[in-house]
Amino acid sequence: MGLKDIGQLDETRLDVLKEIGNIGAGNAATSLARMLNRKIGMKTPDVRVLEISEAYRAMGGPETPVAAVLAELRGDIGGIMMFVIRQDFTRSLLETLLGKKKSGRGELDEMERSALAEIGNIMIGAYAASIAALSGLTIQTSVPALASDMVGAVLVAPAVEMSSVSSRIILIEDAFLSAGRSVSANMILMPDIRSLNRLMNSLGVA
Amino acid sequence: MMEDRITINIADMRLARSPAVFVTFALGSCVGICLYDAVEKVGGLGHIMLPCRPKEDPGRQVFRYADSCIPEMVKGMERMGCPRCRIVAKITGGAKMFQIAGDGGFGNIGERNLEAVRNTLAELNIRVVSEDTGLNYGRTVYFYTETGTVLVKSFAKGVKRL
Repeated sequence: MGLKDIGQLDETRLDVLKEIGNIGAGNAATSLARMLNRKIGMKTPDVRVLEISEAYRAMGGPETPVAAVLAELRGDIGGIMMFVIRQDFTRSLLETLLGKKKSGRGELDEMERSALAEIGNIMIGAYAASIAALSGLTIQTSVPALASDMVGAVLVAPAVEMSSVSSRIILIEDAFLSAGRSVSANMILMPDIRSLNRLMNSLGVA
Repeated sequence: MMEDRITINIADMRLARSPAVFVTFALGSCVGICLYDAVEKVGGLGHIMLPCRPKEDPGRQVFRYADSCIPEMVKGMERMGCPRCRIVAKITGGAKMFQIAGDGGFGNIGERNLEAVRNTLAELNIRVVSEDTGLNYGRTVYFYTETGTVLVKSFAKGVKRL
């Protein structure tokens, strides 16, 4: 019997997702380090299945300003991946990753937005690559889309686009480390349910 | 006057009499439906996620879908003494938060939600008196049952009164 909903993921299946999270974070650190030509580390991520409302509570409440980069997954695995970071951490992330002190405080400028979109794109690509490598399945990602708004307004997008039967999402909490600083961000994984079953099958945990 | 603030979560709905104040946070593609009877000063706020309830879904997720939430709101208000002909609607939300290049269909759920809300209200003969819908930003909605006023707050546009 396959899963009907993300909420049915048991310990074994969650462990698989944690492993995907670990490898994804490792891949992401490597890609970012290569792009930025700096040493970038990532902590072992925390992987949880949460109700959307719990997820935004964990990120400071529904109206917390965030930047979110979203891409569709295509190929053997269909679904959505989204990189989300609190607006008050974005500048710190850009400083940590780019090693530059920024003077601005308000809205992100165009350069910062495109840097953020690129970081999100790399994160999504790294996680997609980790799923593909573990499962032997083929995954493509779409061109990413960026939104900066209230966390509640963006967190719903992956679930509704998948017409999910529940409001649960897979939340991966990451922490980037560089030059003694740590900045946290989140990845949201929302495979369509058929793809989640296919993924678990390919990993032998069906 | 002490107000009685009621928070509506995603896929939830509540009805109350004045002086209750409803709030629902951060609507993206979701739609907030405010129904009001100015004589009884009874209001209701529903926060729907998706347009239509699938046939196989058992009754427990009524408020998740436009076409099952709104009829329940109307029935509830009628039970509280509001004749159907006095109930009016204000609607908010239904934004397109993400635009993916090369995939026009992606992110249209907000628009489909709005269409289902409008159709369901029309079938029930309930007039939409004002709305703040669509576009590409998140909205928080306050609904005051004392006056029927709806305030829509967003990062993009500040505060708007409906």
